[in-house]
Amino acid sequence: MADNMQFDLVSPERSLVSVPVREVRLPGTDGDLTVMPGHAPVIVNLRPGMVVVVDDSGTETEFAVTGGFAEINNTSVSLLAERGHARAEMTQDIFNEMMAEAHRRRKVVEEKHTAGEEVVAAAVKLLADMEAMGTHIGLDPNQANFPR
Amino acid sequence: MPSLKDLKNRIGSVKNTRKITKAMQMVAAAKLRRAQEAAEAARPYAERMSAVMAGLTASAQGSDNAPRLLAGTGSDDRHLLVVMTSERGLAGGFNSSIVKLARQRAELLRAQGKQVEIMTVGKKGREQLKREFAKQMIHHVDLSEVKRIGYDNARGIADEVLSRFEDGGFDVATIFYNRFESVISQIPTEQQIIPAVTAEGGEATGGADSQYDYEPGEDAILADLLPRSVATQIFAALLENAASEQGARMSAMDNATRNAGDMIDRLTTQYNRSRQAAITKELIEIISGAEAL
Repeated sequence: MADNMQFDLVSPERSLVSVPVREVRLPGTDGDLTVMPGHAPVIVNLRPGMVVVVDDSGTETEFAVTGGFAEINNTSVSLLAERGHARAEMTQDIFNEMMAEAHRRRKVVEEKHTAGEEVVAAAVKLLADMEAMGTHIGLDPNQANFPR
Repeated sequence: MPSLKDLKNRIGSVKNTRKITKAMQMVAAAKLRRAQEAAEAARPYAERMSAVMAGLTASAQGSDNAPRLLAGTGSDDRHLLVVMTSERGLAGGFNSSIVKLARQRAELLRAQGKQVEIMTVGKKGREQLKREFAKQMIHHVDLSEVKRIGYDNARGIADEVLSRFEDGGFDVATIFYNRFESVISQIPTEQQIIPAVTAEGGEATGGADSQYDYEPGEDAILADLLPRSVATQIFAALLENAASEQGARMSAMDNATRNAGDMIDRLTTQYNRSRQAAITKELIEIISGAEAL
């Protein structure tokens, strides 16, 4: 069995990362999961959180993503995220933007009466996940400037 | 017969025009390259998205509880046309060709007794359409402040379209844009985005993709993916449109530059002839004056 696989992080605007890796840890909507070479083919929904990529030498690289989905098969992991940033690039400003977006979404669905309970719950969860991610990497989720 | 002075002025002004069109052509060429790069860079995401979508839609198509974004509302009486044009003119037939296609479509739908609503992206399309369809124009997205089209712009448009769909505003949504074929050819294209169109031969790829397990579940992923796919399609269309706009402007300005050059040649010939005629006339006058003595 091959001991590494191809990892691609793709955003709608461009391809962000494409490297061979040994292990990928993903924040799935139903819980985290680790993917290693030879994984069964799965398509997983992701929540906002940190993706950890481990390369051949065991070095870990972290990326913050705002949700999306990952296509996994035995030789590759393709992560399609609306926004993805290397942890080093994650500044308070970028995080504030993400938070503001999540707040705005929640507000929109809450104000709309046609939206079902699940939709509102999903938006609330998205916001909570986003906050958790910020706290995890040491950024303040309360600095975001958004209309309440 | 214009005087020599007039001709000289005209040659000067045409030369200035040529300088401007030449500069615009070069600016468009530089922007075109950037726009093409952006479109190229966005391709991997869109391709994978549609591959996953094809697998999912093929299996969800038949089921009764397929999401409305995929299965539709069950009727096709109300149409939303999203017409994407540019914010600036001087791009040859770029804007008119999209507007023409959209107008034909709108008239056809109206003739069939369907209800039509129009949403415009870009100032030029709105200006051309509001004469005939003033009552049908329901929304306009202004991108004049946007220097570089980002996914956020597409998301904004997609959110607007989706929220109208959820509120029951329409049954079918179609986008109109120019597909970039080459610098000299842009093809006005219409593409239905809601309900989602399953790719031709979806069965074949569906068979290959069904090896995938889905987590949390096919329905949940599909529900999450469909709105994203709408945004991705709009984003791709915006990028194609941006590249087409620059391509169209480049060839329009190239033509204009060439025409200005031809005009300068013609005017210069005319100027030289008039000058020669004036000299000849003067000579004749002198000679005939001398002979008369």
